[in-house]
Amino acid sequence: MSGINLVESKLDPTKAIYSQVIPAGEPWIHALKKGQHFRIVDLHGNQAVDTLFYNAHDYSDRYSAQDTIRQQSNIYLTTGTQLISTNGTVLLTIVADTCGRHDTLGGACATESNMVRYAVEKRHMHACRNSFLKAVMEWDHGMTKRDITSNINFFMNVPVTPEGKLTFEDGISDPGKYVEMRAEADVLVLISNCPQLNNPCNAYNPTPVQVLIWEGAGK
Amino acid sequence: MNETSVLWEETIHGGATWSHVLKRGTALRITDLQGGANVGAVFYNFECPSERYNMPDTLKAQHIARLTKEFVLYSDMGRILCSIIEDTVGWHDPIGGTSSAKLVDAKYGPSRYQEHRNDYHKNGHDAFLIELGKWGLGPRDLVANVNFFSRVDVALDGGMGFAQGNSKAGDHLELRAEMNVLAILNTCQHPLDPHPRYEPKPVLVSIRRVTAPGPDDPCRISRQENGRGFTLTERYFV
Repeated sequence: MSGINLVESKLDPTKAIYSQVIPAGEPWIHALKKGQHFRIVDLHGNQAVDTLFYNAHDYSDRYSAQDTIRQQSNIYLTTGTQLISTNGTVLLTIVADTCGRHDTLGGACATESNMVRYAVEKRHMHACRNSFLKAVMEWDHGMTKRDITSNINFFMNVPVTPEGKLTFEDGISDPGKYVEMRAEADVLVLISNCPQLNNPCNAYNPTPVQVLIWEGAGK
Repeated sequence: MNETSVLWEETIHGGATWSHVLKRGTALRITDLQGGANVGAVFYNFECPSERYNMPDTLKAQHIARLTKEFVLYSDMGRILCSIIEDTVGWHDPIGGTSSAKLVDAKYGPSRYQEHRNDYHKNGHDAFLIELGKWGLGPRDLVANVNFFSRVDVALDGGMGFAQGNSKAGDHLELRAEMNVLAILNTCQHPLDPHPRYEPKPVLVSIRRVTAPGPDDPCRISRQENGRGFTLTERYFV
């Protein structure tokens, strides 16, 4: 897995069974059936989409960043990446990606981590983990903060150097770029469309993204 | 309170689990007795375990993908669970994760207690869950773990590689508890360790009382972020 491998999808957006625009700063939670295709479109470019996945039949079996990167021996997610759960279930496979690289080490912003990273006075600023918490409590299936774990940041560029440094770089995404996954199991998707204003993950201007779903086999 | 000599110590066998509530103001030293040890670890606020070690917050607050002296382990609530106050290794792995029964079976062959008694093959995932279960915790509490004594390099293209020979006999690190921290450990082999045999190594753990971190504490002043992390942790105890 070297270099950037861009793969387009053949699926027609007009045939999607579901389409929704998620404004910046909003959460979105939705169940996917095995076989369905799920696309996230970076409508305006350089927008981090913080995403968690759960086995729809057992929420304690959830996306695992460490298992996912170790399985493919690479820290970046792109076409061909299997998204692995804590119990080793393949939840989804990335089948198309016109951005080329997505992060899963940087995690989600939080009011508390913003206080550490930027200033104690930043506590009031909106953050992804507030959105995650609101969404799981409204989902009302017994999910709580315990279910908020290390997520994927679609469209975000967080390189690691050979010296063991972690850096936040300007995004490599542009308006209209997308990532598409096939659900390999029934899964629950939880998104926070990131409101972070303190670093370049959203180009200092958080913008809407679009989610689309197609029936199995791209019908 | 003054520093003390070792209050107690014990050996953790290879492939074993261990847990303890590290009291604020004490430090846990872990020593690799034979070289090539791996200690999988996760940490919780003992008073409210939904506050727990957070890999991304630890990495991004300090802009690191490795752990060593003067770095700290952050919870998801902006507080410091433990500081690394001593380290002779130089690189501990925060990204490689832990092994599973499937991985261990595939790598070393199946091995049950029935035939192999206490030498049966253990795996990190089950080891974490068993030890979490003893404190009333479970799969929803299991988060991305640290692997002390192991090193995973990341190439420019993102490729991950296990560095062999990272830790020698006698190498050690010391973790100062900044809160009352439930530490859940196991000595299962690293999931990326290419060693062909099931040979998990033992470590020595020892606990002593240490002085509170002062204004010039190396972990506090290593980065501005950590200064704020200590402030928020100290506010928790107000």
